[in-house]
Amino acid sequence: MDFSSINPVLLLASLIVAATPLLLAAIGELVVEKAGVLNLGVEGMMITGAICGFAISVNTGSPVLGLVAAALGGAALSLLFALLTQYALANQVASGLALTLFGLGLSALIGQGYQGIKPPSFPRFDIPLLSDIPFIGPVLFTQDFIVYLAFFLTLGVWAMLKYSRAGLILRAVGESHDAAHALGYKVVRIRVIAILFGGACAGMGGAYISLIRVPQWTEGMTAGIGWIALALVVFASWKPWRVLLGACLFGGINVLQLNLQAAGVAIPVEFLAMSPYVITIIVLVIMSADRSGAPASLGKVFHAGN
Amino acid sequence: MIKLEKRPQPSQAWTYLTPLLAVVLTMVVGGALFAWLGKDPLVAIKTIFWEPLFSEFAFYYRPQLLVKGAPLVLIAIGLSLGFRAGIWNIGAEGQYIMGAIVGAGVGLAFYPMEAFYIFPLMVIAGAFGGWIWAMIPAFLKVRFGTNEILVSLMLVYVAEQLLASMSLGLLRNPEGMGFPGSRNLRDYASAHNAELITGTGMHWGVVAALIAVIFAYVLLNRHMLGFHIRLTGEAPRAAKFAGVNPSRLILICLGTSGALAGVAGLFEVSGPAGQVSIDFNVGYGFTAIIVAFLGRLHPVGILLAGALMALTYIGGEIAQSKLGLPAAAIQLFQGMLLFFLLTVDVLTNFRIRLAKREVA
Repeated sequence: MDFSSINPVLLLASLIVAATPLLLAAIGELVVEKAGVLNLGVEGMMITGAICGFAISVNTGSPVLGLVAAALGGAALSLLFALLTQYALANQVASGLALTLFGLGLSALIGQGYQGIKPPSFPRFDIPLLSDIPFIGPVLFTQDFIVYLAFFLTLGVWAMLKYSRAGLILRAVGESHDAAHALGYKVVRIRVIAILFGGACAGMGGAYISLIRVPQWTEGMTAGIGWIALALVVFASWKPWRVLLGACLFGGINVLQLNLQAAGVAIPVEFLAMSPYVITIIVLVIMSADRSGAPASLGKVFHAGN
Repeated sequence: MIKLEKRPQPSQAWTYLTPLLAVVLTMVVGGALFAWLGKDPLVAIKTIFWEPLFSEFAFYYRPQLLVKGAPLVLIAIGLSLGFRAGIWNIGAEGQYIMGAIVGAGVGLAFYPMEAFYIFPLMVIAGAFGGWIWAMIPAFLKVRFGTNEILVSLMLVYVAEQLLASMSLGLLRNPEGMGFPGSRNLRDYASAHNAELITGTGMHWGVVAALIAVIFAYVLLNRHMLGFHIRLTGEAPRAAKFAGVNPSRLILICLGTSGALAGVAGLFEVSGPAGQVSIDFNVGYGFTAIIVAFLGRLHPVGILLAGALMALTYIGGEIAQSKLGLPAAAIQLFQGMLLFFLLTVDVLTNFRIRLAKREVA
């Protein structure tokens, strides 16, 4: 066992890398759930985004285009979910599961021939001056720009939900779709937009894994991160800043267990690898008492004719 | 302008027609997908749905139908009970793994003793393994109100890690020259889930699946508990007034589905798979979700849907070797089926009307 090999600066920097895909997916799902829709297909949208981003990056040589493609891919898949739940009025739980199964198959199909390839590397973006601060600088300010994008997305979602009229309408739709409909808001349209936003975010989160964190393509590489993102929204009581906190926490656990594996701790590798999932369950249990933030119409089907 | 009009009650005719329509739509769109992959769509569809049953090698493929269908039906029957009551166990894959580990573990503990009671004990242990794994989300849901969907799914990943740990450690074959994986149960007569009639694919898992179908049918149609399950799903408020105890229902539904998934895992590991190895599970627990929905959560429907899904597995393998169709295409095909089923399901509960745009 050798703990001295664990460098705190590198540990924290990689914590942020591990937290970013979670944060992206969870903040998207938060908006979807605030609109009263439960999309359990996050895992499917993430893996689709992961392969779309990877394939486009490799083929065009531009990681930025890859990121855009990932967002589009995730959104396209979520459009299927939107059609199913908002227009065909299907059960949201079943549709979300279908989306995950479909996304896993689709990504595996597209991903053939992309195994073992290295994607073009993402430019790192050192913020001038700030990145020179000892300790904090290398951790927070020498990341790639998606990390900053994810942070500002969280900020934006928080501000939008709390202060803007659009946020108020979105929340109204999520709390009581019948009341929102009576007020003349287009419930279905608003929900579809929210679902598409969630899909785009999940897609980018997936691309972050395949382009930056790993970076390569393997089938089923998201390995439950989409589901952890869903749990994160519950953990955060549907509050954006707590999603950020939760993402760092879960990212930290994951990085820590990987580092402990590398350091050769006496705990078997498999038990370290299962720790993020076990901790997710424990956190869910602790947080499930507090459902104060849950939108009242979450998961309910809306049909204007009723 | 298309308008949906809610039917006073679900259409009987569409209830039976929607699964068929979904299969046809999947074939059409799947065919287009195969064409896009550069394969002749008609040949591909024929390879998947026709060859396993009627080609010259059908004698080999037909038994596989039972081998692959049995675990799917067993798991899906259990899941359907919960799904009907709005209790979502989507971690059947984990319960399946745990059933296999615990059941095989009990069998291997007796090695090399031969006795008639070893296999029955393994079945009980398998059911117990799946049951206990499903009781975790059930207990947490009842006691703390924790979301059973997320907990049961997280436990799949935990079970997969446990499986890796077991096949590399505790259950590893001591005479396996260091290779991962347990002793092969096929070489251990008392623990081997052998074919009951040679060459038919009929093993104890198939028998168990058929019994489960009959039991589920009787339970749902003739028993108070089955009535409570259906009532909770269709009218939760009415169920509350009728005195249905929701906690009891959660424990029973999740427990039953876990136990059934567990025995499915045990039958697989002691028969077709033969040994506990890192990747002996092939996603039956997830495919069973599709089977449950495709069968309309009805026991007989699930039996038919399980057979159809087993057919796509076998046909998919044939298409893989003969046409070079990627394995992922079949996975996508199965996912598509669930998608179309959920889409056309709207016809069961709603009438589609062409409405003229009203003038304000």
